[in-house]
Formats: sequence, structure tokens, C-alpha cells
Amino acid sequence: MASKFLLVAQREYVTRVRKKAFIVLTLAVPVLLAAFGFIIVKVASSDNDTTDVVEVRDESGLNLTSRLANSTQLLFMPATGTLAEAKKSFQKAKHDGLLYLPAGLDVDNPVGVQFYGKGNISLKKQVAVQGALNKAFSDLKMQKSGLSQEQLDRLRSKVELQTISLDETGKEANSNAMATSAISYVLAILIYFFIFIYGVQIMRGVGEEKSSRIMEVMLSSVKPFDLMMGKIVGIAAVGLTQFLLWGLLSAGASSVIIPLITGKDKPKTEMAATMAAPGAATAAADGEPQTAEGKLDQSMSQQAADMNPAAKALGTLSNLPLGTILFGFIAYFLGGYLLYGALFGAVGAAVDDQTDTQQFMFPITLPLILSYVVGLSVILRNPDGPVAFWMSMIPFTSPIAMVIRLPFGVPMWQLALSITLLIIGFIGTVWVAARIYRVGVLMYGKKVTYKELGKWMFYKE
Amino acid sequence: MKPILEAIDVHKAYAAHVALSGVSLTIPEGSIFGLLGPNGAGKTSLIRIITQITGADEGEIRFRGERLRPEHAAQIGYLPEERGLYKKMKVGEQLLYLAQLRGLAKADATQRIKQWIARFELKDWVNKNVEDLSKGMQQKVQFIATVLHDPKLIILDEPFSGFDPINANLIKDEILELRKQGATIIFSTHRMESVEELCDNIALINRSRKVLDGPIGLIRDQFKTNTYAVEGRGKLMVVHPDFEVVEQTERENGHFYARVQLHAGVRPNDLLRYLIASVEVESFREQIPSINEIFIRRVRETMPESLVEATA
Repeated sequence: MASKFLLVAQREYVTRVRKKAFIVLTLAVPVLLAAFGFIIVKVASSDNDTTDVVEVRDESGLNLTSRLANSTQLLFMPATGTLAEAKKSFQKAKHDGLLYLPAGLDVDNPVGVQFYGKGNISLKKQVAVQGALNKAFSDLKMQKSGLSQEQLDRLRSKVELQTISLDETGKEANSNAMATSAISYVLAILIYFFIFIYGVQIMRGVGEEKSSRIMEVMLSSVKPFDLMMGKIVGIAAVGLTQFLLWGLLSAGASSVIIPLITGKDKPKTEMAATMAAPGAATAAADGEPQTAEGKLDQSMSQQAADMNPAAKALGTLSNLPLGTILFGFIAYFLGGYLLYGALFGAVGAAVDDQTDTQQFMFPITLPLILSYVVGLSVILRNPDGPVAFWMSMIPFTSPIAMVIRLPFGVPMWQLALSITLLIIGFIGTVWVAARIYRVGVLMYGKKVTYKELGKWMFYKE
Repeated sequence: MKPILEAIDVHKAYAAHVALSGVSLTIPEGSIFGLLGPNGAGKTSLIRIITQITGADEGEIRFRGERLRPEHAAQIGYLPEERGLYKKMKVGEQLLYLAQLRGLAKADATQRIKQWIARFELKDWVNKNVEDLSKGMQQKVQFIATVLHDPKLIILDEPFSGFDPINANLIKDEILELRKQGATIIFSTHRMESVEELCDNIALINRSRKVLDGPIGLIRDQFKTNTYAVEGRGKLMVVHPDFEVVEQTERENGHFYARVQLHAGVRPNDLLRYLIASVEVESFREQIPSINEIFIRRVRETMPESLVEATA
């Protein structure tokens, strides 16, 4: 009765897509996303692009001002007068910091160095100034011990770490951990939210049919399995439509809004920055995002020197196993949704009252939340570790766990095994769910327990 | 006439109780068939087997001589006792959807919906959501949905429960009209009195077993006690070799009301002759047992002794 299944799916799709809530949500989310993206870009760019001017009031007599190395981030300039005068002029000037090196500063034990800023001083700025000072002091100490400037320069070797991922075939590719993580992150979030939002819709839909007492009419012309699967597939189509529209509209809205606000900035860079934002956040926690970026920049030295971050991310992108990622994403997206969708449908069928769903929701959502939380912490940090392996094999956690691993490269046999297990898993859950559904949809006024559900599974048809 | 549906020795048990044990029925085509029994007797279980919502544990259902198959659903219409509609769906779309699920082509369904909508005066409501309709109108829509695909067999489970008298009458007329056009109607209820005027045949089910079935007139004859109600003036003799006065009440001005049971072989005309000779007869009619009385009698008879005493 394939045509009945299609009719059910079609009804689920059409009635939902025509709802006001769907249209409003479809339009509102891209606007919100674009606004959110704009804020991130604004914050990120104001953080990265500016050079902080730091005045230095040097009373140490060690001529430290000239030893403080200027960088793209920090520009040191001497301040005149006493500390009090310097403070006064600093408050009026548009400079970003005032560094005070007191008289009689001991090189071996430098205490009493003060840094004044306007408002709160960011950790990043503090770390950068400290770094510059440390370098100046160590230069000074080494010179004192008798090394010439030339020897000093030779001593300081400039190590650049070029990160290259080596695959099984021995092919080398530049890897960009940040961009890779960002992709993992985005894929995992997409699957997580899709399963959650639309899984709950399946549950509600079944509950609605049950409480409106239309089930018996429906079941006299449609098989319960067709009714359940029609609903699951119809709602999946609604979700895909919504995500597709969100994607298109978000891209549209971003390309309109962001250049509008940031003016002459190239929109491409902005979008890349937005995409990489979560990754940047992780990197920032490690301490020195600037340095990391700088090194990455040079790891691509075979390419153009003035490359922007977007091109850099794209460079990584082209080295990723894109085909595998796309195939895997679709497989886990669909497999995970079907697996959880069937379970959500069964919960909707088992209970009379929406408020009773809680006790059955918990065991379903637990592995989902677990795989999301563990996935974005443990697995993202160690995508080939034992946690990552086992979670990407268990069908309840693999849709999120494996998708996080995909951009880092997964051995073919693991992928094949995981997908096979997922298919077995979803056939199993659909089977269980269909049995609970079949009995549950016609069961009214009974408080359902797990024991009861167990019995339903073995009812004869 | 050839039966449209036969149930042969149907058994169905759930975890906690037996719903049907060895029920056999034959439903003649073109009749209105009353499926009667108290709540929980097994009527709904039998109907769910006929509508293929569940299957029988044992036994067989035959539709026009063939073993019941999913394809037969297109020829069966079902109005369950627990009936509902999608609240947030428009009346017209809902009817179309339900008709298509019953295998009706879209164009055909649209045409028929138009006719039924006009007939039930729902034209202004076609594009309204079901939740905006009154309960009576929703019931009309449910009835239309049941018969829209022109089913040969229509199963109505407690069709009049919740209907106001006007709509109940409307539905009653439609049921008779459908029979006239050749449809067979199974009519399930525990309210016996609503059955008497409509049904051609009945079956009584009690405690998962069929306790009685057949054409309604025949059943009545079978349960006749040869009792006549007499009203008149004068006084009836209490002892007579041909009959027995079961009950006699005196009324004002020498009138009386009596129930008289004839002994075997005595004909009503014999009684009448006697009555004419001895009293002034004002009315004389046979007491026909109601389906309700028959049912109660039959249930008592089929109940175990201990239970009869308990209820008596």
C-alpha cells in the first residue's frame, strides 16, 4: 500500500508547511542568524584587526622601550614626563595602554611593573604585553652574559609547525585543525537539533491523533506501520524544507546585511570568520590565537602570502574527504532521524496525555544529549580515541559521534561497520516502535508502564 | 440472499480477558444487521476484526465468499464509537484525504464530496477548520467520511450516541436510503430499543459468545409467550381450562386490565370468543416481547446458575 503511505506523508507535509508558525519560523531564523553572525563578525574583527598602541613610561634606566618588539598587535611608544603626567596625557590620548617600568627594576626579579588600560584589560592584551616584556628581559639577560646581538639572533630559531595529515595511501594534505573542528561542530549541531526538533514533532503529532480519536478511523484504512512511517517521513520532509530554506535565506540575508553594516569589508572574509567562529573560541582558550593563526598562515607559504582566512579555510576544505563527509552526513542524518523518530512516535502512541511523556522521553533523549556533549568535548579533542570509536559504533550515539569524526578522516572499515550497525539499529527500533504504536494508539485511559510496553511487543497481530 | 459477510468460529483473546470465543455470524447482503450486546461483550473486538484493525486469533472472516483481505477495506465504511477528525484540517480537505485513503480517485472524491456537502447543508463550512464546527456538524462530517467511498458494507458503532434528535433522524433516514441503494449496514449498539425499528436481522453477543441471532421477526415469534393484553368492562374468570390470567387489575367504573396467557394449542380467536361472551372488550392485543426483554431473558438463560441467583 505504497500509495497510502505517500498520502499520509503528503498530508503531514502539507498541513505543517502551511502553518503560520512554520512560515514565521522560516523567515525569522535567518534574520536572527544573520544578526547573530554580524555580531560575531563585528566582535571578532574588532578584536583581530586593531593594533593596540601602548605608551611606555620607562624609569628603569635599562632602555627597555627600544627592546620591546613591535608587532601587528602591539605598538610601543615612549611616554614623556613623570608617571602622573604620563597617566594624565594617556587619559586624554586615544592610546590603548600605559606600561610603567619603575626605577631600579631588577632584571633577574622584575617586580613593580604596572600596566594601565582604559576599562577592563583583556586577557589577550595582557598576555601579549607580558610576552613582549619577557622577551625583552631575556634578551637583556643574555646580552649581559656576553652574547652579541648577532649571536642572539642566531640563537633564536624560528620554528614554524606545518601541520600535515597523512592518510593511508600516503597522500599528504595540509590540515587545519580549526576549520576541521568547525565543520565537525556544525554537522553535529545540525543533526542534534534536527532529531530533537522534529522528533518531538512526531511525538506531538501522534499524541494529537490519539487525543482527537481519529486513530480508529485511520487504522481501518491504513496499516499502523504505514501511518507511523508516513508521519515520520512527512515530518522529515518538513524539516529538510525548513533547513534548506534557512540555509538559502541565511546566506541571502548575510550577504545583504553584513556588507551593509561593515561597509567596504569583503563579505567573503566575514563569512569565513563566522563559520570558523566556534573553532576560534576553542583556540582562544588555549592562549594565543594570534600566534596560532600566524603560524598557520605561514604553513601555507607555498600559496600567496597575503592570503585571507577564507582562502585558508577553503584550502583546508579542499583537502578534506568531502565526498565521504557528505555521504556520511546524509547517511547519519537520515539513519539517526529514523531511529529516534520511530522512538518518539512510539512514546506519543504509548501515552494518553502529553504531560506523561516525560518518563519515556528521558531514556530516549539521554543518549542523544550524551553523544552531543561528549562528542563536542572528548571526541572533538581526540577523534581517534576509544571513546570516539565506541560511541561512533553504537547506533544511538553514532549519528552524532561519527559525524564529528568524519572531517578528521575515519578508516573505511569503521565507517562501514558503523553504518551497518546503524541500519540494524534503526530497523530494530522501527520494529519495536511499530509494535508499541500498533497497540498504543488504540489504548486509552491506561497508565502505561515499561512492563506494559514490554508486553505490547509480543502481542499477536 | 447471498451473505456479504460471514464470520466463522472467530476467537480473540487479549492478555487479561477473552473478547470473542467461537463467534459465527452470517450477514445477508442488503440488510440492516443489529449487533447487540452489553458493554464489554465483544462487539467492538468483532468489528475491529472485520475492519482489519486487528486480526482474529482463530477463525475466518469471509467477504462475499472470499477470505477478508486489505483490498476489501475500499468496500467497507466504518464509523467507530471513538470517532474524531483532524481538528486543524479543513472539512473539505479532510474528507478528500479520508476518501483517498479508502482508495477513491481524487476527481471522483471531489465530485462526491460536493454532493454530500450539499445534502447535509455544510456548504459554508467546507473551508473551515474542523475545530470551528459544532459537535453536530462534526458528526455529519464523520458520517460523510464513512460513506463517501460508496462502501458495500457500512459498520456503524453506536451511531446515535451524542447525536441530537434532529441529526439522529437525519442519519436514520440516510441509513434507510443507503440500504435501498443496496448497501449492507452493521449496526452495533447496546441500546436495544433503537434497533427494533431499523434492523432486519440481529445477533446478540454476551460475554464473548453469540447467544442469539436471526431475523428480528423470527426471534420475536420464538420468544412469544402467547400472552394477550385485554382491556374491557366486567370481570374475567380467573380459572379456565384454556388460559391463565397472569395479571388482572381493576379500574374505576368496572373497567379492568388483564394479561392472559393461552395454553398450548389454544388460538387467540378462542380467547376472543370467550371474552366476547363474558365481558365487554375494549382492546385486545398480543404482547410482543421487546428485544430488550428477549435479550435479558436470553442472558439469564445462558448465565451460570450461581450468577442468575446473584442477580435475582
